[in-house]
Amino acid sequence: MKTSHYLLATAVSAMAGLGATSAMAEDLTLCWAAWDPANALVQLSKAYEEQSGNTMNFEFVPWPNFADRMLNELNSGGQLCDLMIGDSQWIGGAAENGHYLKMNDFFDANDIKMSDFIDATVTGYSEWPKNTPNYWALPAFGDVVGWTYRKDWFDRPDIQAEYKTKYGHDLGVPDTFDELKNIAEFFQGRDIDGTTVYGASIYTERGSEGITMGAMDVLYSYGFLYENPDKPYDMEGFVNSPGAVAGLEYYKALYDCCTPPGSSNGYMSEGIDAFKSGQVALQMNFAFTWPGFESDANVGGGKTGYFVNPKGPDGKQFAQLGGQGISVVSYSKKQDAALDYIKWFAQPEVQAKWWSMGGYSCLKAVTLDPSFPESQPYAQTFLDSMAVVKDFWAEPSYATLLQDTQRRFHDYVVAGNGTAQQALDGLVNDWTETFEDDGKL
Amino acid sequence: MTDETTSRVHTTAPVRLARQIRGLSDRAVAWIFIAPTIFLLLAINIFPLIWTIRLSLTNYRANRTSADLEWVGLRNYQRILNDPDIWNSMQATAHFLLWTLVLQVLIGFTLAYLINKKFRGNDMWTTIIVLPMMLSPAVVGNFWTFLYQPQIGLFNYVVGFLTGADPSSFSMIGDVALAPWSIVIVDTWMWTPFVMLICLAGLRSIPDSIYEAAECDRASKWRQFWTITIPMALPFLMLAVLFRGIENFKMFDLVVQLTGGGPGSITELTSINLKREAFEKWRTGYASAYAVILFVTVFGLASIYVKALNKVKER
Repeated sequence: MKTSHYLLATAVSAMAGLGATSAMAEDLTLCWAAWDPANALVQLSKAYEEQSGNTMNFEFVPWPNFADRMLNELNSGGQLCDLMIGDSQWIGGAAENGHYLKMNDFFDANDIKMSDFIDATVTGYSEWPKNTPNYWALPAFGDVVGWTYRKDWFDRPDIQAEYKTKYGHDLGVPDTFDELKNIAEFFQGRDIDGTTVYGASIYTERGSEGITMGAMDVLYSYGFLYENPDKPYDMEGFVNSPGAVAGLEYYKALYDCCTPPGSSNGYMSEGIDAFKSGQVALQMNFAFTWPGFESDANVGGGKTGYFVNPKGPDGKQFAQLGGQGISVVSYSKKQDAALDYIKWFAQPEVQAKWWSMGGYSCLKAVTLDPSFPESQPYAQTFLDSMAVVKDFWAEPSYATLLQDTQRRFHDYVVAGNGTAQQALDGLVNDWTETFEDDGKL
Repeated sequence: MTDETTSRVHTTAPVRLARQIRGLSDRAVAWIFIAPTIFLLLAINIFPLIWTIRLSLTNYRANRTSADLEWVGLRNYQRILNDPDIWNSMQATAHFLLWTLVLQVLIGFTLAYLINKKFRGNDMWTTIIVLPMMLSPAVVGNFWTFLYQPQIGLFNYVVGFLTGADPSSFSMIGDVALAPWSIVIVDTWMWTPFVMLICLAGLRSIPDSIYEAAECDRASKWRQFWTITIPMALPFLMLAVLFRGIENFKMFDLVVQLTGGGPGSITELTSINLKREAFEKWRTGYASAYAVILFVTVFGLASIYVKALNKVKER
């Protein structure tokens, strides 16, 4: 009898223990794009699993399909993702349509201050409406479009001498877009070590967001504005200003003169391939690609240099913001555990480790550390670039606005249809129609 | 309950059911059998169609389900029919449809005619020819982007070798003039074997006795071809055109992989355009109207075509 009581008590205790464990430990799923930083995050999150007992699962989708797949998931109220590292432009729609959990109370309760993060990333990844203290994400991965160049080619005396003879100044990191085009033209079709190389790899992709990210990266510095700063959604004369037209003409000229043959539909991965294979002297790409070049057998070991987007004709200098914030999906049934992950992720020591593993931390404690600029060859360029960022619309209708831009820019730049003025005038009409449909005009 | 009672219950139940069914009319039994199919048809085809028509009359957006639904009447239809971009897509689709059908019918019929002749290795050649249609369109689209690559692509190399042109001087999928042809070439490469197989079935269905009779009447090979082969294979040819026409009207995966609709919008076929409206721009009401217009177009054209096909068969 005594034995049976003992067994019963043991069984009850075991059941209670199991129940307690299952209430504490959760299976969390984090959704993001399939790229190098995501692999780093998997490694980073192992420490969280050990510490919390929660299990981290990951759903990574390649960039060209990332928005399609994940926005479908959010729009259908899907529960696949507990945590979402969504693109910066999604923030308006995700906030207004209730896809993301608002995080102000959570931040206050856990002493997470947005002022501790790089200002541009807070505005870009977390706030909606913009420039208001309404937070829907924690800045997770800072990113910006910048340039890489073949430092080893630039350093060659024969190439330097020939360039100086031709253009009258030293070959070096371009200060303006005009200089960048000179360099690209100089290298286009050049024979280097028995191989024909080309000037520059730039974004031309049609399907998702490629050509918009690339062209905007240039247009900002030429004077393009999304709207009248004093009158929201007033776009005439700002989107299609003479400066914006000149910027788009420049982008087309750069595409026509200086890209490798067959570059009509290239985005991040095509740029990486072109640069790593030694095809181009210059490459436009997001900063997330830079750690990969440092460790590459062909272009690593000091052969690659990095520079901030050059200045436009009037000395203005801006760059296209990339990157994402991490949010809790409002349809998740494990919101507490998901918030717990974000709390862990926001810690300075975790952020420092994140940077060391190739993740671009947005925490000022990491980026403003005196040792940061020297920590990686591209660290200073990243900091300088993040100081001049601008981003595409983050309105709930961003996808419509983006697709119209893709079509107008690709039609002009790659297909060569019409003029830059017509492309931007058409864009004003498209965007106006969208905002009218939204009731904002 | 005894064993005997149990076994009696087991044997009487099916008998009673059978008697009940026997009591039903043939019509009622037929309805019982086809009811599940009709239910599925209504649930999977008819209901979505009616729902799509309903949505096409609204400003509904699937990514903003909480927004007020506004009835807009025929405004979506009016906007689509006046949208030059939609007409450009229609034009791109028409170009793709016309040339793929022409090329696939010509090449497919020629191949079938040749394969129909008895020669050594006949079966092996048939197998080799039908290989492309066994591949996934997404895979085909992907590897043809490599074949079309100006610097390393085999296609450019072959063209360069045959014409003396620099292979990297032209880009099949990046040039506005060449891109529409690039998708025609790939679709023709992939689906001509399908047309060939249907034509082969048609050719093999022609009895040898007809040709023998023609031989007796001293009809030339040319005359036999035009008066026996073509008329008797025509229903099969028309069937192949119908299948390929419907398939290519809704072509999506292959072209998305190859060109993404570009350069510009030169290869943006209607299905790609429709997908962008529905699942990238999330203009669900507008996209529904677009889908209804496409459905009516395909349904109307297919109906006319099927009537013509039936007339040819009756002859």
